[in-house]
Amino acid sequence: MRENIVKIGSYDVIVVGAGHAGIEAALVSAKLKASTAVFTLSLDAVGNLPCNPSIGGTAKAHLVFEIDAMGGEIGKAADATSIQSRTLNLKKGPAVHSLRVQTDRRKYTSYMKNALEKQSGLDVIQDEVVGISVENNKVTGVYTRLGAYFAAKCVIIATGTYLGGKIFVGPTGYSSGPDSVSSSDKLAEDLKKWGISMRRFKTGTPARVHRRSIDFSKMKVQAGDKKPVPFSFMSDFIPKNLVDCYITATNERTHEIIRNNLDRSPLYVGIIEGVGPRYCPSIEDKVVRFPDKEKHQLFVEPCGLETEEMYLQGMSTSLPIDVQYEMYRTVPGLERVELMRPAYAIEYECCDPTTLKPSLESRVIEGLFGAGQFCGTSGYEEAAALGFVAGVNAARKVQNKQAVVFERSGSYLGTMIDDLVTKGVTDPYRIMTSRSEYRLVLRQDNADRRMCEIGREIGSVDDERYERFQRNSRKLENELARMKVTNIKASKEINEVLCSIGEDRLNNSTTIENLLKRPRVSYEAIKRFDPDGGLTDEETAKKAEIEIKYEGYIKRQRKQVEKQKKYEKMRLREDMDYKKIRGLRIEAADKLSKVMPLSIGQASRVSGVSPADIAVLTIWLRKHGDKKQ
Amino acid sequence: MYNLNDTIAAIATPSGKGAIGVIRISGNEAIEIADKIFSAKSGIKLSEMKGYSVSLGEVEIAESPVRDTCIALLFRAPKSYTGEDVVEFQCHGGPVVVEALLRGILDIGARMAWAGEFTKRAFLNGRISLTEAEGIAEIISAASKSGQRAAYSQSKGNLHRETESIKDTILSCQASIAAWIDFPEEDVEEVDEEELIEKIDGIEKSLKKLISSYEVGLHILRGIPTAIIGSPNVGKSTLMNLISGYEKAIVTPVAGTTRDVLEHSVTLGGTTLILADTAGIRYSDDFVEREGVNRSIDRIKSSSLILAVFDSSRKLADDDIEIIKKLKDKKAIAIVNKTDLKQKMDFEEYEELFEETIYITAKDKSSLQAIDKAVSKVIGIDDFESDAPIITNERQRSAAVKVLNVICECKKTLLSGLTLDVVYALLDEALSAVMELSGENVSEAVIDRVFEDFCVGK
Repeated sequence: MRENIVKIGSYDVIVVGAGHAGIEAALVSAKLKASTAVFTLSLDAVGNLPCNPSIGGTAKAHLVFEIDAMGGEIGKAADATSIQSRTLNLKKGPAVHSLRVQTDRRKYTSYMKNALEKQSGLDVIQDEVVGISVENNKVTGVYTRLGAYFAAKCVIIATGTYLGGKIFVGPTGYSSGPDSVSSSDKLAEDLKKWGISMRRFKTGTPARVHRRSIDFSKMKVQAGDKKPVPFSFMSDFIPKNLVDCYITATNERTHEIIRNNLDRSPLYVGIIEGVGPRYCPSIEDKVVRFPDKEKHQLFVEPCGLETEEMYLQGMSTSLPIDVQYEMYRTVPGLERVELMRPAYAIEYECCDPTTLKPSLESRVIEGLFGAGQFCGTSGYEEAAALGFVAGVNAARKVQNKQAVVFERSGSYLGTMIDDLVTKGVTDPYRIMTSRSEYRLVLRQDNADRRMCEIGREIGSVDDERYERFQRNSRKLENELARMKVTNIKASKEINEVLCSIGEDRLNNSTTIENLLKRPRVSYEAIKRFDPDGGLTDEETAKKAEIEIKYEGYIKRQRKQVEKQKKYEKMRLREDMDYKKIRGLRIEAADKLSKVMPLSIGQASRVSGVSPADIAVLTIWLRKHGDKKQ
Repeated sequence: MYNLNDTIAAIATPSGKGAIGVIRISGNEAIEIADKIFSAKSGIKLSEMKGYSVSLGEVEIAESPVRDTCIALLFRAPKSYTGEDVVEFQCHGGPVVVEALLRGILDIGARMAWAGEFTKRAFLNGRISLTEAEGIAEIISAASKSGQRAAYSQSKGNLHRETESIKDTILSCQASIAAWIDFPEEDVEEVDEEELIEKIDGIEKSLKKLISSYEVGLHILRGIPTAIIGSPNVGKSTLMNLISGYEKAIVTPVAGTTRDVLEHSVTLGGTTLILADTAGIRYSDDFVEREGVNRSIDRIKSSSLILAVFDSSRKLADDDIEIIKKLKDKKAIAIVNKTDLKQKMDFEEYEELFEETIYITAKDKSSLQAIDKAVSKVIGIDDFESDAPIITNERQRSAAVKVLNVICECKKTLLSGLTLDVVYALLDEALSAVMELSGENVSEAVIDRVFEDFCVGK
C-alpha cells in the first residue's frame, strides 16, 4: 500500500465504473453473495445513455434477452422505461427478429441507480479509482482520488469511454468523459505500468436538438409496433408506445458541406489517433467512403418524456460547431434546427482483449477482469453482457469456483467473448447476427431456454424467475403436443386463405403441425380454424410455430453444433509452450502463445493459424494428451 | 506418427537407370549433413552460401569406396519446395552409387522420408495448397500426355482458382443478406431474391461442371475402361488386333486387380483406353452363343466406353438387337465392320441409339483414324480444355457433391418462400463445404489421406 493512504474498506469484488457493464457486473456479483462495491465518477451518471436513447436492435437484442434469462437487469430496465417499441426484421425470419426500444433516458439512469442502491451486499461509492494494488501478480485492491484504499480479491475494470477520455469537436479537443463528467486519466497510466497492453479507440455521437426547432411535416413518421413485447419475461406489463420517431435523410448539399470542411475534421487531419467503429461510422466517414450515395438516412428520436431533446441517429460527427449547424440545417425538417448538445467524437483507452481469458480475467494480472468498452467493444448491450460475465466470474473466483465459459454455439454472448479473446479487435466491436454461425439456434424467442438453466446453476436466477421459466417451458411443450394432434378440417374458407398465400389447397383434414410446416403458412393466418384457437397464448403459439416451421433447419444446425463441440472439448493446457511443438509454424506458435486458447476449437479460430497448424496441434495433442510438457 | 522436425532424405528421381540421380535432403540439419559429405571445388562450405546457390564438387562417404562428382543445389528456408532448408545432390553415378550415397546420408543423421513427406511438409509449411499437392500426386501417376497436362493444370491451381470464385460468389450472396439483416435502420437495399437465385444457379452450374470433370479427368489420367462387344464372328478380334497392333510398343499387359482378367492399356491419339481381354475365351469362336451374349452384357456394365461391332455382310441378328438394347445410357460407338464385303445390313435406323457410328473394314489399317476420331469425340476429350479446372480425386469429388447438395437445398428453400435467415444459414454451410473442397478447412484424416498417395521423394 502506498504511503499516506487510508484503508477504508475491504471487498470480495470491486467494480470500477457504473455504466452498463459495471451495473450488471456489480449486481450479479452481489447476487452471488460476493461482497461488492461499485465506484462511479458521478452518481448522476449511473447507466448513462450518452449515445442513442435506445436499447436493443439486431443481435444486440439477443444479448439483452440472454442476460435477462440469467437474471440480468438491462432487459427489465429497458421495459420499465420504454417509450416506443419495435421488433426489427420481422419479415426476415425468426432467427433475426430483434426488439429495439426507445427509452426515457433520465428514467433509465434513475432506474439503474436505484437498482444498484436496492441490491443487498453492494456498496455504491462516488469516487474515482486512480490505481490498483498488485502483489505477486495478483490484484489486491484499488486506490481512489480522495486518498482512500479499498482492498479487493477481484477488480473489474468497466471504465467505458471515461478511461483517458478525450472529446473532439473540430479543432477543439479536451480531456473529458461524455456529458461533462470528467475523464479518468490516472488509472490508464497505472494499468499500463502493470503491463496491461492498452490502445486508443474512438467513437462518436450526433447532436441532441430542440424538438420545437424541427419541422416534422417534412419527415416520415415511424410509429411503434401495434403489439409491443417486453424484453424480460419478468415484466408483467406490455410496454406502451408513447412517442413517435421520424425519418429524414441527408442530401447532396449536406455532403458538399461535409466534403468542403474535411480539412477541419479532427478525424481527417489526424488529430484523432483512436480507431473508430467500422459499423457505426460518422457522417463524414459515410460521405467519404460512399461518394456515390445520394443520401443517408437519419432517424429523429425523442430522448424522453420530460425533455425536448431529440437525438439525430445516423449523423454523428466531429466536425467544428459552425459546420455542424450548416450541415444539419440542410436536412429536410431541420432547416431551423437548434443544437442543444453538439455532436462530438470521443477517444478513450481500452485493453487488447486477446490478453483476457474467456472468463474475462486478465492473463497478465490475476483477479483483474475487464468488462464493457474496456474489452474493445462498443454498445450498451455488448457492455452489459460482458459486465454480467465478468461479475459472475469474479465472484466465482473469490469463492474458488471454476470460471464459467460461455460457448460460442450456445449464445451471442459466448460468440462475442470468443471473438474478442480469440481474434482480438482492430476497431470497436459490435455484435451482429452475422458474427454467429449458429443463428438459427440462437434466437430471441428461445433465449430463456438456452440461458435460464445456466443462470440457475450459476446462482443468478432466483426462484421466482426460475418458476416462471419452467412454467413457460411447460406451456410451450404442451402447445407443441397440442398442435401435433389437433386437426384442422378442410373447408372452403381455409382453402381460400391457403390459395391467397400461394399454398396448395387442403383436401382432407390435417394437423396444425402439418399446416405450419408449409413455408408460407403462419399460425396467425390459420388461428381462426384452430378448434382451440381462442384459448391459446399468443406468445407460446408463436414460439411453437417457429419450432415447427424451422425444425429441419434447426436440427441441421444443431448437428453442426455437436460436430464443433468435439473440437471445443479437446482441451489445451493454459501453460502450453507452443514454441516447443515441432512442426508448428513460427507465426502460428506466436499467435497461439498470445491468445492461449482453451481448446482446439478456439485455436482454430485464431487468425494466422492455418488448418495445417491445427492438424499438427491435433496430432501433438493425441500423442501427449493433456500431460504437462 | 512420424516426427515433422526430423531432417529427411530420399532419392527424388525414379528408380532404374537415368542420366542423373537426385538425392533430396530437407530439414533443420539438411545443410549441416550435406556439408559432412560434400566438398566443393571452390572450397566454400554450403553453410556459408546463400539460398538458391549451385556448387560443383565431390561427395564422399567416409570408410566406403563411394565417390562421385556432383552438383549441390542449396535452398534456404522458407524459400524451398518444403519451406525448410533443402539440399539436392545431382549425381552422375548409376543407381548403385546413388543408393549408397543415400545410405551414407541416413547414417549421419537424416531419416528416410516417408511417401509424400516432402510434399506434406510443403503443405504444412504453407508452400502449396492441398489441391496443388493433390495435383502433384496425380502428375506422378499420370498415364498419358493429356493426363499430365490436366494434372499440371491442377497443380498450377486451376481448381483452386475455381473454388475461390465459387467462394467469392457465396460470400457476395451472404454479404448482401447480412447487410440487409444487420442494418435494418440503414437504407441498405432490400435483397433481390431473383439476383440471389441467379447467383446460386451460377454456383450450381460451376459445381456440376466440376463434378462431371471428375469422370473426364479420371479417364484422361487413368485410361478409359473399354469393352469390345458383339455377336460371334463380327470381327472383334481383328478390331482388337488393329487397335493394339497400331502402337504395339506401348501396349502393356496389366494384371487386373479385381478380376482374373488381363487388361491392355492402349493409347489412341492422346487418350488411354484400357481394353479388356479375357485371355482368349471371349474371342474364341467355339463358345456357346448364349454364353457369349451374357458375357458381353456383363462387360457392358463395367465399362465406360463400348465399342459395339456389327457385321454388315449379314442381316442384323436377334443377338445384335439384344446387345443394342443393353447399351442404353452408355457411351457407345457402333462399329459397322466388313464394309468391303457385300452389304446386307441396314444399320441406319439404329444409328441414333449410338453416340457415334462408323463404317470400317477392320482389316484395313487406315480404319484406325476413324476409330480414333470417334473415340475422342465420344469421351469428350475434344471439349476438354486442359486448362479447365478439374477434379482428380475422390476427396475433391465428394466435397464438391457436398457443396452442390447444400446449394440445391439453399435454392429449394429460397423458392419455397421460407425466410432469408434460413437461406443465409445454408449459405454458411455451403461456404464451409467449399473451404473443405479447397483444403482450407480440413481434418487431419483428410491430410493424411492425401499424402498417402505420394511416392517417396516428393
